[in-house]
Amino acid sequence: MRHEVRRLILLLLPAGIVFAAFFLLPMARLFLIGGSGKMGWAAYTAILTDDLYLSSLVSTFAVAAATTAATLVISGISGVFLQRHKFPGNAALVAMLTFPLAFPGVVIGFMVIMLAGRQGLIGQVTQALTGEKLVFAYTIAGLFMGYVYFSIPRTILTVMAAAEKLDPKLEEAARSLGASPWHVLRDVIIPGLKPAFISAGAICFATAVGAFGTAFTLAAKINVLPMVIYTEFTLSANIAMAAALSFVLGIVTWLVLAVARTAAGSSVAAAG
Amino acid sequence: MKRRGLFLLQLGFTLLVCAFLVVPVILSMLAGLTVNYFIGVESGLTLRWVMEVWNGYRETIFLSIGLSLACLAVTLVLGVPTAYVLAKRQNALTRTLEEMLVLPVAVPGLATALALIVTYGSLSGFRTSWAFILVGHVLFTLPFMVRSVLAVLSAIDLKTLEEGAASLGAGFWPRFRDIVLPNCRQGILAGSLMVVTLSMGEFNMTWLLHTPFTKTLPVGLADAYASLRLEVGSAYTLVFFLMIMPLLLALQAFAKPRPAKFVAEETE
Repeated sequence: MRHEVRRLILLLLPAGIVFAAFFLLPMARLFLIGGSGKMGWAAYTAILTDDLYLSSLVSTFAVAAATTAATLVISGISGVFLQRHKFPGNAALVAMLTFPLAFPGVVIGFMVIMLAGRQGLIGQVTQALTGEKLVFAYTIAGLFMGYVYFSIPRTILTVMAAAEKLDPKLEEAARSLGASPWHVLRDVIIPGLKPAFISAGAICFATAVGAFGTAFTLAAKINVLPMVIYTEFTLSANIAMAAALSFVLGIVTWLVLAVARTAAGSSVAAAG
Repeated sequence: MKRRGLFLLQLGFTLLVCAFLVVPVILSMLAGLTVNYFIGVESGLTLRWVMEVWNGYRETIFLSIGLSLACLAVTLVLGVPTAYVLAKRQNALTRTLEEMLVLPVAVPGLATALALIVTYGSLSGFRTSWAFILVGHVLFTLPFMVRSVLAVLSAIDLKTLEEGAASLGAGFWPRFRDIVLPNCRQGILAGSLMVVTLSMGEFNMTWLLHTPFTKTLPVGLADAYASLRLEVGSAYTLVFFLMIMPLLLALQAFAKPRPAKFVAEETE
């Protein structure tokens, strides 16, 4: 027995050493460096006391919240629909909706430029229709669009997996008792999908808060927290502030996921 | 009749969402092959932009392939034994360990990269080598390998299988090699595809970890988007799509039975 425990520990050792040396130790160091700048430990509260950082925190959360809401509505409708109605072409639609799953943020940013950039499709269409070119890729609206693009594939997969487990008999029962489609949706389907919505929503939110590639591709001027951290680190060489801000950002995303996991009751896959 | 209308409404909506995701991909592929995108496809098709990418950014493609394979090797060596232990002992301690392993995915890549730089940035030989990026990629992809293998191991009756083998006199290594590994083949395969795909596309960390001599494909993409004409950026994206598409298709095929297990998790 003891022999086996020793063997298990030995098997864990390589991953443990790598993880401790390259994640735990650097994170501890990041925390210390965050408090070593001109401001001292006040750097950690600067995100709430400094107007610039606070405003970027607010816009970061606003984009993330809007992304989460929009993604849940879109993926909820399409995910339940595709799970419920098996028609020819269904599999192709699911494949199309999920294949951008692993597109990196920079590529997503470029997709937004293809749609809403200076030479984008939306600009061409609006120019033909109204004579005015609509270009919004390089603003926070473009960022929102990119994050929704990014979040739909993974959210749809979660919603479909949860919808599969919903008992269609419950809906039939509600309908036979005279409930309208809206009531079935509100009282049967949405409550049944709630754990999936919570976990998928938390992942959307945490991802949108921490994402960097999309904002980087679209414009350096979009005032979200990851961009502020990047600017502090590279342009201002204010490493302590960048360290403090990114540590706080890490805590926030981790907390969102941890709270959602407790609320959803089952294991929530982490975001990235 | 009313339900038919509802069906069509939902179908229309879903088709719109599909278009939102697919149209820009097609547009960018087209732009990469068009002589002048501003004029349109009428200006003719060309491979000039793809060749320009090949000449200017070839190295980034090779580095990304090498990096993702190295990342795969490391995550296999570290991840499979870890998953085995987590499957064998399911208690509070191993659950905490699993939680901790997922931290680099939950925490923004920017934070992890900064932490690595402030800790190891002064070791210049390490800082300027591709191994520095590899470390970041391993941290980020390891949880996917562990979870994917763990999902398979938790679904089979590992204990009985191992006891059976042990009662026939098999020691630990023969058991691990002949019983455990073949049984989690599916999980290893799915995990491997995920690791390679994610490593290939990782940008958040890599942008801070890279040096002018260690540019990966996504770093080159960001470069091209910022400084070159739209057609070149598109051609480069096309190359990236061609590399990553087979991986994504394979991933879809293998991840299907348990979509929830592999959801979530990259990349931004």
